Amino acid sequence: MGLGTKMKVDLCIIFVSIALLSSPVFSDLIISKVDRRIDLTSHIVRITSTIKVENEGNEPVSDFVVAFPDKQSKHLAFLSANHNEGKGKKKSHGASLPVKSVQSEGMPKSLTSYSISLLKKLVKGESLTLEVLAVFAHFLKPFPEEVSQGDFQLVVFQDSAYYLSPYAVRVQTVIVKLPDARVESYTKLENSKAQGSEIKYGPYENQSPFSYSPIVVHFEYNKPYAVAQKLVREIEISHWGNVQITEHYNLVHGGAVLKGEFSRLDHQMTSHTKGASAFSRLLAKLPPRAHSVYFRDEIGNISTSNLRSDLKKTELEIEPRYPLLGGWKTFFTFGYGLPLKDYLFEAEEKRFVDISFGSPIDELVVDELVVKVVLPEGSSDLSVSVPFSVEQLEETKLSHLDISGRPVVVLRKTNAVPEHNQHFQVYYKFNCLSLLREPLMLISGFFFLFVACIAYSHADFSISKSSASYLAKLQWDEVLSIIQQLENIINRCLTIHEKLEASLSELSRTGNVQACKAARKAADSLLKELSKELKPLLTTLQSSPQAAQIFPKVEELVAKERELQERLITKHSIVVDCYEKKVSGREIENRVAPHQQKITALKHEVDDLLEYMDEI
Amino acid sequence: MAETETANGSSLRNAFGNVLAVFILILIGVLAFSIRLFSVIKYESVIHEFDPYFNYRVTQFLTKNGIYDFWNWFDDRTWYPLGRVIGGTVYPGLTLTAGTMWWLLHSVNIPLSVETVCVFTAPVFSAFASWATYLLTKEVKGPGAGLTAALLLGMVPSYISRSVAGSYDNEAVAIFALIYTFYLYIKTLNTGSLFYATLNAIAYFYMVCSWGGYTFIINLIPMHVLLCIVTGRYSHRLYIAYAPLVVLGTLLAALVPVVGFNAVLTSEHFASFLVFIILHVVALVYYIKGILSPQMFKVAVTLVVTGGLAVCFAVAAVLVALVASSPTMGWSGRSLSLLDPTYASKYIPIIASVSEHQPPTWPSYFMDINVLAFLVPAGIIACFSPLSDASSFVVLYIVMSVYFSGVMVRLMLVLAPAACIMSGIALSEAFDIFTRSIKFQLPSLTETSPDEAGESSSGNAEIQNNVTKTDKNEDAQKERPLKKGKKKEKEASAKVSLKSRIEKRLLVLPFEASLIALFLTVLLGGFYVVHCVWAAAEAYSAPSIVLTSHTHDGLHVFDDFREAYAWLSHNTEVDDKVASWWDYGYQTTAMANRTVIVDNNTWNNTHIATVGTAMSSPEKAAWEIYNSLDVKYVLVVFGGLVGYPSDDINKFLWMVRIGGGEFPHIKEPDYLRDGQYRIDSQATPTMLNSLMYKLSYYRFVETDGKAYDRVRRTEIGKKHFKLTHFEEAFTSHHWMVRIYKLKAPKNRLRGKIKKSKSKTSSKRSSTAKRNPWQ
Repeated sequence: MGLGTKMKVDLCIIFVSIALLSSPVFSDLIISKVDRRIDLTSHIVRITSTIKVENEGNEPVSDFVVAFPDKQSKHLAFLSANHNEGKGKKKSHGASLPVKSVQSEGMPKSLTSYSISLLKKLVKGESLTLEVLAVFAHFLKPFPEEVSQGDFQLVVFQDSAYYLSPYAVRVQTVIVKLPDARVESYTKLENSKAQGSEIKYGPYENQSPFSYSPIVVHFEYNKPYAVAQKLVREIEISHWGNVQITEHYNLVHGGAVLKGEFSRLDHQMTSHTKGASAFSRLLAKLPPRAHSVYFRDEIGNISTSNLRSDLKKTELEIEPRYPLLGGWKTFFTFGYGLPLKDYLFEAEEKRFVDISFGSPIDELVVDELVVKVVLPEGSSDLSVSVPFSVEQLEETKLSHLDISGRPVVVLRKTNAVPEHNQHFQVYYKFNCLSLLREPLMLISGFFFLFVACIAYSHADFSISKSSASYLAKLQWDEVLSIIQQLENIINRCLTIHEKLEASLSELSRTGNVQACKAARKAADSLLKELSKELKPLLTTLQSSPQAAQIFPKVEELVAKERELQERLITKHSIVVDCYEKKVSGREIENRVAPHQQKITALKHEVDDLLEYMDEI
Repeated sequence: MAETETANGSSLRNAFGNVLAVFILILIGVLAFSIRLFSVIKYESVIHEFDPYFNYRVTQFLTKNGIYDFWNWFDDRTWYPLGRVIGGTVYPGLTLTAGTMWWLLHSVNIPLSVETVCVFTAPVFSAFASWATYLLTKEVKGPGAGLTAALLLGMVPSYISRSVAGSYDNEAVAIFALIYTFYLYIKTLNTGSLFYATLNAIAYFYMVCSWGGYTFIINLIPMHVLLCIVTGRYSHRLYIAYAPLVVLGTLLAALVPVVGFNAVLTSEHFASFLVFIILHVVALVYYIKGILSPQMFKVAVTLVVTGGLAVCFAVAAVLVALVASSPTMGWSGRSLSLLDPTYASKYIPIIASVSEHQPPTWPSYFMDINVLAFLVPAGIIACFSPLSDASSFVVLYIVMSVYFSGVMVRLMLVLAPAACIMSGIALSEAFDIFTRSIKFQLPSLTETSPDEAGESSSGNAEIQNNVTKTDKNEDAQKERPLKKGKKKEKEASAKVSLKSRIEKRLLVLPFEASLIALFLTVLLGGFYVVHCVWAAAEAYSAPSIVLTSHTHDGLHVFDDFREAYAWLSHNTEVDDKVASWWDYGYQTTAMANRTVIVDNNTWNNTHIATVGTAMSSPEKAAWEIYNSLDVKYVLVVFGGLVGYPSDDINKFLWMVRIGGGEFPHIKEPDYLRDGQYRIDSQATPTMLNSLMYKLSYYRFVETDGKAYDRVRRTEIGKKHFKLTHFEEAFTSHHWMVRIYKLKAPKNRLRGKIKKSKSKTSSKRSSTAKRNPWQ
């Protein structure tokens, strides 16, 4: 481990120089006790410092400064401080205190400092306990940087054994918590000891401001080192009762890069013992009433996922298409719906959405997190309240049947960690009547379509109304309609003929002469009427020039029909006569026979003519 | 159920007129659309198979870059290092259609993704196709037959197989275009309207845009015209139907880049020009006949025939000489293999290697058109009574398509509409006769008391007449208001209905017989429906990119292809070249977005042969070939672990054959033991040392200790071996896709292996010195 010592020397030099530069500005405060717990069980490093502060100066102090070396501060993702009342085990967390980045004078250049504003000024002799949580992303460095599939992944953590502070520290301890007991190496100082998966440094007493003693822990880390290079969360609010959340992940395995072959065989056989840094599944904790969950990527559905849900939570176990080995990347999308009433509230005249900011996936670092809140079309007066600083933009999105587009609030945050999973609020004004806009638009659209159809079918689109061909067409239409009527009449005549025939057959069966005569009478009157109707039609047809060609045929048809009619009537009267005179059946047939022949011939002719008419 | 509905539709036409027909048509459209959604419901909304992925990619490009960039698109992601001019080598119809649909939807702010639009293009167009079938059959045999045919087409398995949701291929829109073109041709033929003739040319243009199968149209229609002329059915309507189609159609077809001057240069189009000339000669003869007296005409004929024949022979000789000067007689390979079914297997292995270019088996007819196969003859008979111009066309259509479908499985698709039209005609005629017979006899049964039934035979006939007359009466009354303005549309159907009315008076079957026959016909239709739904749900809806199997513990999904493609797309460099057999080319470019060497557009045989040669060569030679092509990854598909039969080992002989066709040092017999293809211990050493074998079976033995191949059902021949020039980069979950990386060329430090070892260790320490915190 030549590396460790060399580095230590480097760092020592740096911090000795820092110590020399330090000015007495901060010396009013003194830290009487610091306990730091460094949690390395996840690749997101969490350092919790419980700091007891005393004011020994005369001036009341309102700010407390915490400092990080630049190398740490560029990984610092989240910093929060709590005023810790109470004592011993019964700690009660007060409200978190405002933290802001400051560039204090007199601080060494390579330190970044943050100032915590205390709730009330700390006067002389008073003390209070602060709990400062600092969360770092990308802080564990894989070392070696490339491993082959079967190797374990080792990572390095580096910090100071002493609490780096502009204030003097009386007593301090550091506990480093590791995922398990497999430690490659760690810096051994006085008072340091490893105990199972914990390494303890301290207690150290009476350290001057800016004192620093580097420690390096090199240990095996086999949990998923999941980093989302970019995550776009789209939260779409529909006032019809749904909040649709869609999340697009660009995921990468941030650990040691795979060197050489990837063998599926080895992965399947020995992934639990060797090369355990590869991960194939992630757990997303969705809100309890999430529904219609899907999981896909740009080329389709990903079928490997599990959904468990109960009253308190919905757990989605997602498995990317392929296991992620060191340095491998993947992309996927998942989405789910949430009931609106859990997330939308009304306050005074405004409505607001109250929903969580970060990714639901466990222990995920997001390098660039973009949250888009899509509000319904017609929302106005947007304002956003986020508990930490974010970049904010507004845009519009055109979605189903939108006209003006939906307002979108875009929030951008770099280096997001699970601690950023806090609720944020988007306030806006929205009139419920706008909800009906799209259905009404559809209804009116269809309405006008049908109206247009009706109008079209009734309109005449010929270009010139006076042209010869148009007039001819009109006349021809007229002729056709007359011919239609004519045919109808003739058809009706034919039916009457049928009836007459039917009455005759009835007569032959029952011998009821009276009924037959009645039928004849009815038929006569009907036929008379029909021939009356026929006359005007024929005259109009005759006068029409368009009908000149057809007219002879029509005339012929009418004549034939008349003849047929006459024949039938004579036949009818003959038969009836015969029945009255009780002539034998054979005799009747003999008398009727010539008529019958003529009738059938005429019928055929009339049929043919009718067909001809039909074909016009 | 549905059949009775349409039958009802035709008989109730008098009562409800067009409204009911329109309603039924809408229902048919919905049915045609929804029966194709099984793939989405059972699997997911995803593009299927191979070619659709290419079309999808082209559509994506079109929607992103616009139409002008699309025409000029030179695709450098494929056929590396040659590239491919996409704009000039694709039939753009499908892409433009989907692109237009996407654009329309977006312009009304319905943000469907390109993928969704592509997935649902085929079902939408099959609804259109069934409507087009209605129109076509209506022109031929009236609306009843039209509705039946539309219903049959909406669910014919053969068509479903090419148009399920996700099957985004040219055929999806081309069948609609085909039927619609035929409809417009028949329409023009029936009306003699120049308006429809123009529309017909435009529909033909759309067909040319969509599919290479347009040559079917441009050969079938001339044949029909010729048939009409020969049978003495020449009329001015025929002239109007044909002449504008040839002139406008050819001009329009030449506008499509992929066709271009082929529209006048290749033999596929010559028939149409020849018939065009004949048609004019005939038209001229008829004209002269009209103005000359019979004697004069005879003289003129003898004069012209002697002179004309000489000219004709001269022209024909020139043509023949021109055509014969090209080696394939001016026919493309695919067309030649249609004319001579053995052509492809003799000369073009790459066409023969595609399974859909094989001739079909008898069961596939039953599978694909089912009961229609039995109804078609009845339909043909119905078309002959009476034979009109239109019905002779559909008869010709079915005869030709039966022949083509017998040559290539793929062309079963062209047969399907013809079979549906014929069966629609047959079924509707049958229904007409049966229901009419029942209807005639139903009143007589109720009116005449049963004991006098025997006596009243004459009365019976009269009553029938009575019924027909009143029927006619109603008919006429109802038709009157409709006639106005829509005469032309009505004309054909009126004519047909009248003719059939005459027949109906003659054709009256016994009551019981027609009742039973009706029942049986409905049963037949029911059987067809059941079969179609089964085919749609089970046989044709698998997307082939995702495989499923039912095991005792439920459904198991094999999603290996997408796993591998996703890995390629996210974990390799954008410019890396991936070599695989051409089957996977389209998918790799579309899903993984990586450059491939060959793909499913098999335009360059040599290039494919190069890849085939590499796959058949030993490792070192293969490495050299691939390295010369800048290949970084080699992708093979291996089904031995899970029993996926269409893997590369089973396609390997084609690689050898195609490779050997260009590079004679690859000899097929070297890979065969006594003429048998095997990979077990009896396999030839050439086989066992080929790259394909090695890449497929690398470390396979360690899975079960025996290396038992579940596809070939044998233990493999060579079990333990190491790769020298390739390294495994990725293997999918079920080992179905294996991706290998070409090892970097070795340094020329021979004999210094030990030293280099120490060097690497020193290298390591030097990297170790690097401070990880900086």
